[in-house]
Amino acid sequence: MKKILYLILICIIIFGCRHKSAETGKQAKQDIPGEPAYGDALITGSIGEPSILIPMLAGDSASHEIAGLIFNGLVKYDTDLSVIGDLAESWDISPDGLVITFHLRKGVKWFDGVEFTADDIMFGYKTIINEKTPTAYQEDYLQVNKAEVPDKYTFRVTYKKPFAPALTSWGALVILPKHLLEGKDITKTDFGRNPTGMGPYKLRTWTSGQSLILESNRDYFQGRPYIDRYIYKIIPDPATMFLELQAGELDLMGLTPIQYTKQTETAYFRENFQKFRYPVFAYTYLGFNLKYPLFEDKRVRQAIAYAIDKKEIVDVVLFGLGKPATGPYVPDTWPYNPDVKTYEYDLQKARDLLREAGWKDTDGDGILDKGGRPFAFTILTNMGNSLRMNTATIIQWKLVKIGIKVDIRVLEWSTFVNEFIDKRRFQAVILGWSIGLDPDQYDIWHSGKTKEKEFNFVSYKNPEVDSLLEKGRRTFNIEERKKAYFKIQEILAEELPYIFLYVPDATPVVHARFKGIKPSPIGISYNLYRWNVPKSLQRHASMEP
Amino acid sequence: MTSYLLKRLFEMIPTLLGITIISFFIIHLAPGKPTDVLTEMNPKITPEAREKLEKYYGLDKPVYTQYRLWLERIVKFDFGESFSTDRRPVIEKIWDRKQPLLERRLLITFGINALSMLLILMIAIPIGIFSATHQYSFYDKITTVTVFVGFATPAFWLALLLMILFGIQLDWLPISGLKSMDYDTLSVFGKVWDRAKHLILPVFVSSFGGLAGLSRFMRSSMLEVIRQDYVTVARAKGLREKKVIYSHALRNALLPIITLLGLSVPGLIGGSVIFENIFGIPGMGQLFYKGVMMRDYPLVMGILTIGAFFTLLGNLMADIGYMLADPRIRTK
Repeated sequence: MKKILYLILICIIIFGCRHKSAETGKQAKQDIPGEPAYGDALITGSIGEPSILIPMLAGDSASHEIAGLIFNGLVKYDTDLSVIGDLAESWDISPDGLVITFHLRKGVKWFDGVEFTADDIMFGYKTIINEKTPTAYQEDYLQVNKAEVPDKYTFRVTYKKPFAPALTSWGALVILPKHLLEGKDITKTDFGRNPTGMGPYKLRTWTSGQSLILESNRDYFQGRPYIDRYIYKIIPDPATMFLELQAGELDLMGLTPIQYTKQTETAYFRENFQKFRYPVFAYTYLGFNLKYPLFEDKRVRQAIAYAIDKKEIVDVVLFGLGKPATGPYVPDTWPYNPDVKTYEYDLQKARDLLREAGWKDTDGDGILDKGGRPFAFTILTNMGNSLRMNTATIIQWKLVKIGIKVDIRVLEWSTFVNEFIDKRRFQAVILGWSIGLDPDQYDIWHSGKTKEKEFNFVSYKNPEVDSLLEKGRRTFNIEERKKAYFKIQEILAEELPYIFLYVPDATPVVHARFKGIKPSPIGISYNLYRWNVPKSLQRHASMEP
Repeated sequence: MTSYLLKRLFEMIPTLLGITIISFFIIHLAPGKPTDVLTEMNPKITPEAREKLEKYYGLDKPVYTQYRLWLERIVKFDFGESFSTDRRPVIEKIWDRKQPLLERRLLITFGINALSMLLILMIAIPIGIFSATHQYSFYDKITTVTVFVGFATPAFWLALLLMILFGIQLDWLPISGLKSMDYDTLSVFGKVWDRAKHLILPVFVSSFGGLAGLSRFMRSSMLEVIRQDYVTVARAKGLREKKVIYSHALRNALLPIITLLGLSVPGLIGGSVIFENIFGIPGMGQLFYKGVMMRDYPLVMGILTIGAFFTLLGNLMADIGYMLADPRIRTK
């Protein structure tokens, strides 16, 4: 025993400061020119295992990630966030915005060789609105008044009211092969573990708890993908995953801020990996319970905003890998309004506003008070997210400087949501929202969405915002939508139901031998089927069917 | 003997029932529902859709009704369907007939635990004996410190250090998983070696912490035995010290170890949750952790029931082992 311990100790001392250099022999240089070639495999790691590969039934991101490689939608987002055709070649929207007619691409085939037609969309649509289908994505499709299939390559839907997010709802969620599933209960078939799609990759083997192996669809309608195999390894522990990356067993994973800025800044990483960075469609915020008397006064919320240095939070918590947020949209996307009121860090202004609102430190204990009540509140956040916990700590430290006492309470996620958010038993929270690519945020800001389990849990109420939200989702005209969402951001920035804190960056790392990666606002994986490895750099034996 | 066994087996039934009742109500006490993965913080979900999902999973019924339904199924050995979106039968997740025998979750977990138990026995018993026969020597002190360091070391931390050392710096051992990506192309010997390599670190880490308890137990039980009169007699007879220790004293000193082994089953199952997650081993512990996080009640209950069954079985086996080893108990 003793010897082993000594051995370990000695090894750690000897090797502790050395980084693995064996890999460099494989000459994975970034700038070796080479023709795109077919072959090789991309190995990626995931903390979670997909549960089911039918998009409309899946709830977790791992399932959607894999299903996204197997199924395509009618439309998709282009790299500049405009909507372009995918399985639909084009579409027409009637002048009143009620009827959308999709014209489908011809000659697209399911993996089993049967042609994809409008009947498959109709079948998927009927399945998703079926009472018996356990799906969470029904809402958008229930707005449809009538769906028709005028011919094999045309699909037409009529809405009750114009509904702007409708167009993009015809993505990959609703397309299922009718010839395989008609008359069957999709929750009872093995389709979810052995799906037939028409996307760039098809599932070859799925070993529970270990890996999923996908192989390229050689008849993919946009051309055969260059990389032959996509291997999805399940590694539940993030630290282990990073070690596997260092050992050369993984080609792609998302890095944490500290891994991105510190642990991968080595010669080994620079030589063997390419790092990417782009904003995630998400933001983190400090939300106030507006029903709570302390936060009823707008000036109080503004004072808190002045006392928080967003830049500092980004620098300290995210190691600079993010941007301060000014509203609920990602900077540099079309709904984002760059000219809203911002609150530059200014403690004096914060103090002035609080004094105006009647808060003074009368008893000299360093904490402001009014009517005998000290200014103290609790920020709740969820366990397991160290970024949010660190953010809360920084805010706590800043607010005490202007005489506000803050407590932080960290709760397990389910408890947090069920017992505190849903029951409105909170004063302030630090949480985040993922933002859909469509700017509609009706559910978060509309005053009609404040019931239990609904998402305007801060109880924000503003008739002007309500009508702008309504306007924004009822027109397809981008300029008009833009106007509505710009105005909403101005109002939100003035009234501050949330203090928008930051938009974090996604920081994936990919092995250097992969070429053809074009970073864009929607990430890097949108053109996975174009990624390739020059023949001389290929690492895994090519696979002939 | 037979009647005693039957009686013990019969007694297991109410105990098992009690365990399932308590487990069932405790997991339902935890806030959250299996449908949360679909509905929580998802702006696209309407109250009607939420109700529909809850009804689909039978969560709209009172907890005692849910328990009764679960019990009715379990007596027919039907563990029900998992509440995760794939809706696979729980039994298929734990014991997937489509996979090779060695890769079924139940067997993976029990295999690794059996190996580490074996390793613990092989190391802890000699350590214990040696410490007892050389009480207060330098060696005794060193082993005491070492096993306690092992006991106090967090498994996940030790695992990461070993992964860095053997997986990256030295590149001798794989970091995680059960087998390599190119496993299918290996020769028979290569396959065996590949699996063995993947098992070295997990087995070592899971046994390291267990050494302390068992070796200390062995030490004290040995110390007690060598002070007995019959050992003095054996020595007085002129028997060699080796014979005295290993054939006369050891047998009696091993008795408490049997009990300890029976009691260690739940601890091993609990430990599996941790090291299976770190090493990415697709065993029952990893499945259990995921099940708890998603509030997958049927899955959690299935694994708890199996765990409880094996724990009770372990206790029973310990009692039987005790009876076989100690004539004094047998006659009672």
